[in-house]
Amino acid sequence: MLKKRIIPCLDIRDGRTVKGVKFIDIQDAGDPVELAKRYVTEGADELVFLDITATVEKRKTLISLVERIAAEINIPFTVGGGIDSIDDVGLLIKAGADKISVNTSAVKNPELISEISNRFGSQCVVVAIDTGFIDNEWIVYVNGGRTPTSLKTVGWALNAEKHGAGEILLTSMNTDGTKSGFSIDITREVTKRINIPVIASGGAGSMEHFRDVFLSAGCSAALAASIFHFGEISIRDLKKYLMEENIAVR
Amino acid sequence: MIAIVKYNVGNIMSVQNAVTRLGYDSIITDDKKDLLSADKVILPGVGEAGTAMKSLYEKQLDKVIISLTKPVLGICLGLQLLCRSSEEGNTQCLGIFDTHVKKLPPRDKVPHTGWDNFAWLQGDLLDGIDPDIDLFYVHSYYSGICRHTTAVCDYILPFSAAMKNGNFYAVQFHPEKSAAAGDRVMKNFLEL
Repeated sequence: MLKKRIIPCLDIRDGRTVKGVKFIDIQDAGDPVELAKRYVTEGADELVFLDITATVEKRKTLISLVERIAAEINIPFTVGGGIDSIDDVGLLIKAGADKISVNTSAVKNPELISEISNRFGSQCVVVAIDTGFIDNEWIVYVNGGRTPTSLKTVGWALNAEKHGAGEILLTSMNTDGTKSGFSIDITREVTKRINIPVIASGGAGSMEHFRDVFLSAGCSAALAASIFHFGEISIRDLKKYLMEENIAVR
Repeated sequence: MIAIVKYNVGNIMSVQNAVTRLGYDSIITDDKKDLLSADKVILPGVGEAGTAMKSLYEKQLDKVIISLTKPVLGICLGLQLLCRSSEEGNTQCLGIFDTHVKKLPPRDKVPHTGWDNFAWLQGDLLDGIDPDIDLFYVHSYYSGICRHTTAVCDYILPFSAAMKNGNFYAVQFHPEKSAAAGDRVMKNFLEL
């Protein structure tokens, strides 16, 4: 039986892990490879590294970090954050990334999804969607969740699938950072409407939240950052709990 | 020396990284001489079957690979290329395993992405692996079950998770990305 996946997300700046809530109060949290190794030992199923480095210059640091992660980590990992060209993607894949996540760049140019998918396979394209509920509907936000667009969330997810996305990473801006639980309604809606796996993100604050999103939304995976970094929930305890709740995990 | 076949597919580095972590020397190569002189050969692969076979033909590696008598391991697309043919790009493949590769019917999420266990398994490559152990899969096409199947995974339908024909071994999952259990499978192959 295919297992539900638990995915810790690490924010990276200038090659270091940083911790912070909504990019405020950012503190250095050490070497990403060491933290990643700890997560692997605890039973993480995959890892996501989100680069929040602003400048192109610093991108070289990211490439060498990806090479180190690939050499030392024996589970799949995704790299995302400001990737906007097929050349960037090529460099990151060559450095050892298993998957690339694209967000704003895919909204601006959906052909980028097709390009990556055709060249490296759909399994390596994760389309990250930041969504918010406003005026009674779920819409897509870009630029790190700062800019609303005219796109409806379900429509964009369907379009991303059509362009060759292998997975959707759906982050709810309404719950992100609140620890009040995942946005189950939109996660369920997107999961129901598309035929590729959906990763739920934004709002994890307790083990029950993970149970609820798996049982009620039917998503394939759930992602969280701060509750794992700050040690509020250990991945090992979370998986033990989910197993007791009859949710298939590794 | 372990030869990892270099052709037009993604993420070959991760296979080399896994081999290195287990303490073996390896070379990523498209040179026939390296394949012929290596102790073992790995045919990795993430990508599209038609493009991959074309790349093997262009480098004339297809005939070399099927002529090898040393242990050969196909991983993921590598497994599919060792079958007779693939629906993906309507591709003639290498014909080591007596089955056809088809697209997973969309009765559940495709690609089959994530950690999955076995319906059953046997054989030396999976020594030390219980059927309950999960390994990491990511694929949209599957190889049917045939006389060369040595392990079955059941997702949407039962398919070949591992195959063997003489010195040719193959797995649909990614041992190089499957944590400790994957390392065990890689080690079993490297120690054959």
